[in-house]
Order: sequence, then C-alpha cells, then structure tokens
Amino acid sequence: MERVVERVAVTGAEAVANAMRQIEPDVVAAYPITPQTPIVEYFARFVADGVVRTEMIPVESEHSAMSAVVGAAAAGARAMTATSANGLALMHEIVYIAASYRLPIVMPVVNRALSGPINIHCDHSDAMAERDSGWIQLFAETNQEAYDFTILAVRLAEHEDVRLPVMVNLDGFILSHGVEPVEFYPDELVKKFVGELKPMYPLLDTEHPVTWGPLDLYDYYFEHKRQQIEAMENVKKVFPEIAKEFEETFGRKYWFVEPYRMEDAEHVMVALGSTNSTIKYVVDELREEGYKVGSLKIWMFRPFPKEQLQELLNGRKSVVVLDRAVSFGAEAPLYEAVKSALYEVAARPMLGSYVYGLGGRDIKPEHIRKVFEDAINGNLIADEQRYLGLRE
Amino acid sequence: MSLKSWKEIPIGGVIDKPGTAREYKTGAWRVMRPILHKEKCIDCMFCWLYCPDRAIIQEGGIMKGFNYDYCKGCGLCANVCPKQAIEMRPETEFLSEEG
Repeated sequence: MERVVERVAVTGAEAVANAMRQIEPDVVAAYPITPQTPIVEYFARFVADGVVRTEMIPVESEHSAMSAVVGAAAAGARAMTATSANGLALMHEIVYIAASYRLPIVMPVVNRALSGPINIHCDHSDAMAERDSGWIQLFAETNQEAYDFTILAVRLAEHEDVRLPVMVNLDGFILSHGVEPVEFYPDELVKKFVGELKPMYPLLDTEHPVTWGPLDLYDYYFEHKRQQIEAMENVKKVFPEIAKEFEETFGRKYWFVEPYRMEDAEHVMVALGSTNSTIKYVVDELREEGYKVGSLKIWMFRPFPKEQLQELLNGRKSVVVLDRAVSFGAEAPLYEAVKSALYEVAARPMLGSYVYGLGGRDIKPEHIRKVFEDAINGNLIADEQRYLGLRE
Repeated sequence: MSLKSWKEIPIGGVIDKPGTAREYKTGAWRVMRPILHKEKCIDCMFCWLYCPDRAIIQEGGIMKGFNYDYCKGCGLCANVCPKQAIEMRPETEFLSEEG
C-alpha cells in the first residue's frame, strides 16, 4: 500500500478525533468537558454525518461514560472515550475497574488542572492522580504524536500479552486547541494497522457464557493483581515491537523515551508533554553557546521506563526534572520516579526538582535556561523542590 | 476446592464457564447454625419460602432440614417460624464433631 500522507494544519483535538474516525471504534461514550470538548464535537459530527458506523452514547456524566465503555468492551466491542481533569476524577472508580477487568480501552486525556480552585488550563494533576490505576500512560509533545499515539495505543491495548487500557495524554489548550501541521495517514493504512479486535471472553458470545465482575475476595484478588503487574511488565517487551511495526507502516519512530542531543550531554533535563518543544529550543541555544546539555522526553510514564533511564542517565553530571504536577507532602511524581530509578546506577548524577506550569502558568525559555544554569553551576540540591514562574 | 496460582486463572477476574457457584460452598461463612426441632414443626413451609439461599430441604411438602453447604446462618428461618421449631446455635459448638 502506498504511503501518501496528507499534511494539514489542525488542532490536537481535531488530530485525535481524526485518528478516532480512522480507527472507527464500535462504541464511543463521552461527556463533554473543557478542553476535551472539541474531540467529542468533531467525532459526534463524524457519527451524525454517517462517516463512521460507531455507536455513540451521549451519557450524563464521565462516571457513566467510563461505565458504558467498560460494558461495551466486556461485550466484545472496541470502545473509546475521552476526558479531562474533573471528568477523569469523576471516572476514577471505573478507571481502576477498566484496568482490573483488562479491557483494552483507549482514552485520550486532554490534561487540565484538577479543581480546586477551579481552573480549566493545562497541568498534569489529572493524569498523575491515575498513575497507579493500572492504565498505560503515554504523553504527547506535539499534535502529530497525539494523533500517532491514539492509533498506536489501540494495538498496544489489545495485544494478547497486555490487555490493558491506555491513556493518550495531550496538554490542554497548548495541544488540544493549538494548531500545528500534522501528517494524516491514509484511512485504509490506519485500518489495516489497527486491524480487527479479537475480544476475550465477550459477553455477546452466548454460546460460551461467562461472568464479568464477580466478587473477588482474599482467595483470588491478590492473584488478579499479580496478573496486572505481569501485563504491565509485558508492555516493555510488546511496545517496541508495535512501535517498530508502526515505523515500518507510517514512517515515524517511537520508543519509551526520546533523547535529544544526549550523546555527550553532561546536564540532562527530563520532562513530559509539550514543554519538551521549549526545552529543545533552549538546548539548541545552549549548545550554540558551547554547553553540553540535552533533554530526555518521557513518552511512556506507565509503565515507567526505568531501565532506559538508567542506561541513558548513568554517569551524567546532573539531571534536572520538570514536573507539571505536585504530590503534596512528597516529591513531585516524575522527579520521584527518576530519582528512584537512579538509585541503582553506578555513577549517580546530581539531581534537581522543578515544579512548573500549574493551572496553565506559562513556561518560558528563560525559566528552562535558569534550570540549566543551576545544573551547569552545580547549584542543585536533591531534596529541594524549586518552582518556575511562581511569584515568591 | 484447591486454589490456583495467578498463572492458571483467566485474566480480569472473569469466570470463564457457567454454573461455578455450585462449587463455592458459602455455608463456610456461617457463624450461627440452624437446628430443627422436628417435634414442634408443622411443615408450614414459611422457612422454605423465606430462605434467601434455598437452603431448606423439603420433600413433598415435608420440612427435612438444612443444606449446610449453602446455609449462611442468617436466621431468617428461625425468625419467621410460627412454632419456634428452629434454634440458632453458635458454630463453635460443632467444631469438635467436624474435626
């Protein structure tokens, strides 16, 4: 099949909705919430215009949205939804159930600050509140990545050794409402890549009656959790295989992390999401000035790519971690994970923790430059959480 | 029923065949055991009607006793019996006889 791509200027929301149109899931149940709303609007239009045959359920809340896709997936359907912030929080109970039932649901999450006080702008507090829910979590830097991950996530979720739901995280407004060039792949190529869902124990297979959601007490609950742990472990083997097939099909290369100008870098910045574009810009500037700096973008936050980080960060002079979320009373989520991974390396770098962008506060090149300057000057304290763009 | 390892069971907590509730003896949950005093019983079948676990054994309208594999010891039968023919006794009293 010829790979003819269509290069268009679209918002992240339109890019994700277009991926959903190409995937054409059997069921989409969603409730609108800013800044996820345009994804649902675009997709609802595809349904109304008869472009897709998807059964769309306009539910009365996010709790119901996730419940409906859980039911649909258990019935044997390919099911999707999308949400943000408080919507994700309202889903929380069923988010855990989706993972525990091993249902391969794909859900774009347009990252937004959790209330309160109420705020509609970007941070990662919504996704971080679900980091232990058992979902695979991917983070997009660009609209292209949000589009690509939505397609790739279907295969990852449905792989027989994985069978876990996937959140495709994209930064609220910055990506969801920001226009960037995106290359859309031909419909038939996407359809061929995602293929047909092979459901496990579908409820609609009445020849083989099964029970979903039975009471699971001290005699088997622990064993089911152990299976989930194994499935997450399997992602580390399965993801590179699917990413390779994705690259062969569509020409884009994905991995657990993306190193940028890391070859001889002494000081490395680690971050999630769209801020990586600003970081790369500052890395380029500092490289021109002669500083050996680089960055490491985390594409996959759950399962956490510990081995890759150990390999890439062992022996660096310093590692600075940017978090767009906090964990009150403990270290910020990404910093905590990076610090924990580096405990076991032979040559531990100096570490710095920086919180930025809560509630949509701008992150600017000068903030990132300041962090690199701290690293270059050896002005880092591992136990000190610092803040970017905060009025002191 | 011997318990299986995490590698031997279906994922997601799914029960992959029907009718498995029969293998699960919920009578093990019982704290109080119903004892029938047949001399007081008038076979009115109130106990049979009210039992939420269908654990009353009757044959041709005659009350025969309890299915202790499934009786959870809720005591509803003793409560609705108009002749106080069912007595609830602690399971601890029967420990020795079952070894």
